[in-house]
Amino acid sequence: MSLPLTKSRHLHHFHGGLHLPDHKLESTLLTILEVGVPPLLTLPLQQHIGHIAEPVVKVGDLVKKGQLIAQAEGFVSAPLHAPSSGRIQAIEERTFPHPSGLPVRSILIETDGLDEWGSLPEPLPDFEQTDRDLLLERIRWAGIVGLGGAAFPTSVKLSPGKDKKIRTLILNGAECEPYITCDDMLMREHADRVVAGLAVMRHILSPNECLIGIEDNKPEAIEAMREALRNAALESTEVIEIPTKYPSGGEKQLIYILTGEEVPSQHIPADIGIVCHNVGTAAAVADAVIDGKPLISRTLTLGGDALKQAQNVHAPLGASMHWLIEQIGGYKTQAKRLVMGGPMMGVPLRNDDYPIVKGSNCLLALSPEQTPPEEPARPCIRCGECARVCPVELLPQQLYWYTRAKDFDEVQSYDLFDCIECGCCAYVCPSHIPLVQYYRYAKSEIWAQEEEKKKADLARQRHEARQARLARLEQERKARLRKKKDALEKRGANKADDPKKAAIQAALKRVEARKAAKKASQTTTEAPNGDSTS
Amino acid sequence: MTTLVSSPHDWGRHRVQQVMLQVLLALTPGIAAMFWYFGWGVLINIALASASAVAAEALMLRLRKRPLQPAITDFSAVVTAVLFALSVPPTLPWWMTVLGMLFAIVIVKQLYGGLGYNPFNPAMAAYVLLLISYPAAMTHWLPPSVLSKETIDLFDSLRIIFSGTPPAGGWDAITMATPLDQMRNGLGQDMMISEIRESPVWGDFGAKGWEWVANWYALGGLWLLYKRVISWRIPVAMIVSLVVIAALFSLGNPESYPFPLFHVFSGGVMLGAFFIATDPVTASTTPRGQLIYGALIGVLVYVIRTWGGYPDGIAFAVLLMNMAAPTIDYYTRPRVFGHREDEHE
Repeated sequence: MSLPLTKSRHLHHFHGGLHLPDHKLESTLLTILEVGVPPLLTLPLQQHIGHIAEPVVKVGDLVKKGQLIAQAEGFVSAPLHAPSSGRIQAIEERTFPHPSGLPVRSILIETDGLDEWGSLPEPLPDFEQTDRDLLLERIRWAGIVGLGGAAFPTSVKLSPGKDKKIRTLILNGAECEPYITCDDMLMREHADRVVAGLAVMRHILSPNECLIGIEDNKPEAIEAMREALRNAALESTEVIEIPTKYPSGGEKQLIYILTGEEVPSQHIPADIGIVCHNVGTAAAVADAVIDGKPLISRTLTLGGDALKQAQNVHAPLGASMHWLIEQIGGYKTQAKRLVMGGPMMGVPLRNDDYPIVKGSNCLLALSPEQTPPEEPARPCIRCGECARVCPVELLPQQLYWYTRAKDFDEVQSYDLFDCIECGCCAYVCPSHIPLVQYYRYAKSEIWAQEEEKKKADLARQRHEARQARLARLEQERKARLRKKKDALEKRGANKADDPKKAAIQAALKRVEARKAAKKASQTTTEAPNGDSTS
Repeated sequence: MTTLVSSPHDWGRHRVQQVMLQVLLALTPGIAAMFWYFGWGVLINIALASASAVAAEALMLRLRKRPLQPAITDFSAVVTAVLFALSVPPTLPWWMTVLGMLFAIVIVKQLYGGLGYNPFNPAMAAYVLLLISYPAAMTHWLPPSVLSKETIDLFDSLRIIFSGTPPAGGWDAITMATPLDQMRNGLGQDMMISEIRESPVWGDFGAKGWEWVANWYALGGLWLLYKRVISWRIPVAMIVSLVVIAALFSLGNPESYPFPLFHVFSGGVMLGAFFIATDPVTASTTPRGQLIYGALIGVLVYVIRTWGGYPDGIAFAVLLMNMAAPTIDYYTRPRVFGHREDEHE
């Protein structure tokens, strides 16, 4: 057995970042709870980046656990499977936790409580002898997306293209946001699953080395992962303890910490030979390949002071947040803020009536004490704290000024689109300016403008084409008229009397005569029944 | 009902108000030293300037139809007032202090849009206005108490400031040229520095009294650095550049160009380096920009003191560099993660 697993490695430090109170202890006191199956599951057809999935079931259909209920549409998309057995109750629009707050077409399953598995594809425990395309096809079938929160289809990320040689495969176990501990607990309790998934990914990508980055505030997870690696005897793979600093779990930040390489702006890691996956995603890959099970459940943290007890749960996708919170004892106080995700980047929720989706790593119910007081923003005093903590080394206050001035060209020249919206700048701002909100606004305005410009370009092209067509038709018409005129003039020279004209003249004369006759009859006999013309 | 606010859902507990209070707190050792050496006039000026600054701020907020809160309690006007009061002579007539503060708050600060929008440091702009308009009153400095035979008590100070009547023996009995003035006048009369320094006003490295005021300002400044209220770049760049340029000239001709420590400890350099040049609103904000900004202030201070028309040049140097700050920021943008070094140039 080879054990070169603890050799020291030079780590790189990204600019800025924050040391935040991590609030991780509260939810790691208890083990992951298997919550079972709620009476109703709500499954949005779009819980991934890419095209919305297309339902393959009808209302009233009976489905088994693991059965395909919606298929992927296009390359960047992901299918959905029934998380439990039951009946399709409805396929309709439902709101779901997304910043837009827009409703998404969803499949509702009324569960039957039997939790009965349907037929599953053949398990592939000997994946090392299996064709890579077959493995990719399996991962795609399983509907696996990035479980760290971004929800990008995993099979796409594992197919970087023939021209891109992957040197380094990274597993992201940093979990840098406060409160969230689902990856931590997953690694503590199921490290072997994570390592098995890593082995599958490694076989697909055949990188030179694999690195597992975990923040040093998770010693149990680090130990468990090292143990699992020793048992699996994976070569040139190591667990690397990285200093706890937000946002070290950002993909580009973690890559920099571990390798010292910067992913160029507007590029993906695969462009520099690196692929990075979340540890939870790796476990899901193991389930799909080794057991033949699709992604129908996930581990997530239920945290925040408004809950009686914070805990991690393993829950079926589509379970309502309200039901989940009830399963762990419910609320202690009324939540002041509900957030899906962490406190730094999570999506605010109106209530807990939403389903959990593939990307739900955490549900936070923050008590009034944990919520900062609402204060009006004060003027920026250009103190530069924001620039000091920006992990991308932007100048947040300049972005803010230009966004306020709606000078979107200048905002872009200050590299707005390199902003990862980590929230560090807003966190430290002494004037409490909601900086990230400004950047989101600027980004959406710029996208809208680009969309407008595209539309305008299209309209202009159409207009120009129409003008050209009209001009051509006009010319053709004129040419035709000229021809006719010429022909007529030639004929006019030959014939003096035009029969048509003569006919018109005759008709006019007849009408005149009739009018005169009518007039005459009206003046002579004033017949009560009106006139009768014969 | 939950509140729907986009992320982040937590804030640090910094406040603008807290920053301003920390600056005021850091000034207290320097204020105490000023009081010790120059008497009640220092405190009267601070009180008078603060009251007029806050009143002017309130008036302008009302005229601009802006809410008084939280702007009036952010202490930014008080910081401006204290910095101004510490820069002017402790005998300045009351109406000049009031005029200075009206100019600083009404014209330099509020007419540009209030806190955060002013391109010039209000305290320094007011100082320069008075220096140009009333040069005599602005250069009537008291000698530090260690050198003075006369003692000026609270009553004398009040009388001098509010009635404008000079003390019994006339201005000359109680006032004295500042060390920078003495050096300047001495050099103007072709005296050698060793001759000039024979006068009893000189201390160990600067002038008696003044050098200790500078030390206490520096102490407050170091505390601000420790608290990360200010960054080290501007003060260090300013002092280092002043020392380097002074050392170059002084080494070349030590009898005509004062030695570097004289420059650092005699005038307003410590106050300027830690409290005035670091005013975030009007200074450069990029890391490299702050180094350039501070260093150029140091150079300008030396140039004005040595070849300019005024004995001290902090205010002019700071205002000139205020003008340059946006340009410096533009050309010193840090390299953004994932971008090449040369992308913006």
